[in-house]
Amino acid sequence: MSSVLKTENVNKFFYDPTEFQVLKNISFEVQKGEFLSMIGKSGSGKSTLLYILSTMDTNYSGALWIDNQKMTGLSIDELAQIRNQKIGFVFQFHYLLPEFSCLKNVMIPALKLNQLEEKEIEARAYDKLKMLGLEDQALKPANKLSGGQQQRVAIARALINDPLIIMGDEPTGNLDSRNTNLVFDILQDLTRTYGQTIIAVTHDDDFAKKSDRIIEMMDGEIIS
Amino acid sequence: MNINSGIAKTYILSNRKLTAVGILGVLLGMSVYIFMNSLLVGFDKSSNKSIFRVNSHITVYKDDEISKELPKEKNKFFLIVNPTVVPNQNTIENPQLVMKTISQHSDVVEVSPQVMSSVFYNNGRTQIPGNAFGVVPEEANRMYHIESFMVEGDFNRLASNPNGIIIGSGIAEKMNVFLNDNINITSSKGVNRTFKVMGIFKTNNSVVDKSKSYVNIAASQQMLKEGNAYITEIHVNVKDQEKAEDIAAQLSKITGYKAEGWKSANETFMAANKMRKIIITFVSLTILLIAGFGIYNILNMTVSQKINDIAILKAMGFKGKDVVRIFVTQAVSIGVIGVMGGVLMSTIMITLLKKVYLGGDIGYFPIDYEPTKYAQGIFIGLFITFFAGYIPAKKAAKVDPVEIFRK
Ligand SMILES: Nc1ncnc2c1ncn2[C@@H]1O[C@H](COP(=O)(O)OP(=O)(O)OP(=O)(O)O)[C@@H](O)[C@H]1O
Ligand SMILES: [Mg+2]
Repeated sequence: MSSVLKTENVNKFFYDPTEFQVLKNISFEVQKGEFLSMIGKSGSGKSTLLYILSTMDTNYSGALWIDNQKMTGLSIDELAQIRNQKIGFVFQFHYLLPEFSCLKNVMIPALKLNQLEEKEIEARAYDKLKMLGLEDQALKPANKLSGGQQQRVAIARALINDPLIIMGDEPTGNLDSRNTNLVFDILQDLTRTYGQTIIAVTHDDDFAKKSDRIIEMMDGEIIS
Repeated sequence: MNINSGIAKTYILSNRKLTAVGILGVLLGMSVYIFMNSLLVGFDKSSNKSIFRVNSHITVYKDDEISKELPKEKNKFFLIVNPTVVPNQNTIENPQLVMKTISQHSDVVEVSPQVMSSVFYNNGRTQIPGNAFGVVPEEANRMYHIESFMVEGDFNRLASNPNGIIIGSGIAEKMNVFLNDNINITSSKGVNRTFKVMGIFKTNNSVVDKSKSYVNIAASQQMLKEGNAYITEIHVNVKDQEKAEDIAAQLSKITGYKAEGWKSANETFMAANKMRKIIITFVSLTILLIAGFGIYNILNMTVSQKINDIAILKAMGFKGKDVVRIFVTQAVSIGVIGVMGGVLMSTIMITLLKKVYLGGDIGYFPIDYEPTKYAQGIFIGLFITFFAGYIPAKKAAKVDPVEIFRK
């Protein structure tokens, strides 16, 4: 198995309001096709770590590799390009563009990547929505959907570019158990069938237990 | 369509009210700018037209001279205690040579000699003071287009009539003379002569109309008891009237006589023109700038409203310059629609105003479609909208998604 993501001695401090080390010597590795859950008490630094792994936060010490390429030190624009291509995101609070239809929301990362015809992208986006049980919502504006539906649209969007890694900050936080299971199964299938990698922060112990590996954090450290 | 413009379009369409306000701002600013500046050009053209009814571009004449110090000599100093104007004849010596020299200047298109004499127009016991200008009729007509403001008679008849005179409408009125009537004139040298009215002109400058008359140059010389070499002024027209002052300076140097451009000869008038120009330019630019502020405000508002969207887009891999493009596209779209609306609106306003008859000196409202002003307005309008959009867009590009997501 090959490594798709690796960190080495990642440390991060916040200086406002007082100096505070939020991440301490984080070193770990994630293999291709792995389904990784990240758990830990509120405030333990999970989201902070995930923002660093996602390449959005560059303000840390230590090093990060994705797909065997060193991310640390790359320019903001280079990182954006990599995110667009290799990383799919589901945020802690569903974040859709409210004025666009669900379909368009799903399409945007692919339109940005600009490797397929718009027609093809649309068909793919439609497939993803269908997979998440949202085909009849496709043309509704995103802000007319329920919280759970929006979160599933966000998951569909994370999948559109067939990313190497899908990162989620409580990707099932807004879903009932039936939909949580649906999403889990879809994500697991992606790791099994397509070898995509999942890193999901979760407070749902059942969800975590079903995944391949659990990383537990406490006070900015990985404890297991 | 590119995804950035697609997003910009959605923002424009989903916030119609704001977009409409922005467009309206630019539209008004634009139409006021084009309209007022076209008006300015119209005013200038119409006032220049009336200036050039009585002025040539350059006048060459002999200026009064102040007594000068004598050249210094060894051990002697001359001190002039009370310098005064040297008594001298105000005439150009060897005018044919001077005129020939002037007409050799590459910018000069027309040269015409004149003999001005102060006269009294006699009507029984009343005398009206004025000036009779001795001219070469064809040349004077080419220079001042006198034919175009004749109200009666025919200017060209002057040439074939040594005793002919063309008088201002004010004189005709006061003297109660009509076409083909005789009119008696006394010159400053006491010469009395009767002329026949060949025509009456009206410049609408009442001072001119009440005092000025044109006679043949020979008649004027005789009235002053002078020979045919006596010339008081040489009038010159050049290719580009805006260069008149520079050329005047050159002519002055070449000929040794005083040469004055029309702008210096009409200083008060030009000052008023300049003031008008400054005010209109200032006001119209300010209005455009306010329209720019409108767009700036709207974009700033949009950026704050869409800060979540910006964070998401950046998380998904949109670069700073993509974000800039999204918002600049939005601003420029508003700008372009506003500018087009403004062009249309000002064209309508000019078309309507052009048809308004004011009468008097001006006639129809002096405004026309001025292509340069349109071009200027469009350029400045787009320039301002671009920057009004660029500044907030730059701000949007700097949004740190992590900071937004943490909230
Ligand atoms: N911008 C910031 N400035 C200062 N401190 C911060 C900032 N963002 C987060 N923190 C602190 O860092 C710590 C880790 O926050 P983080 O959001 O990573 O926790 P978390 O594990 O994701 O918690 P939760 O499970 O509630 O989402 C917390 O103590 C938080 O107060
Ligand atoms: Mg968190």
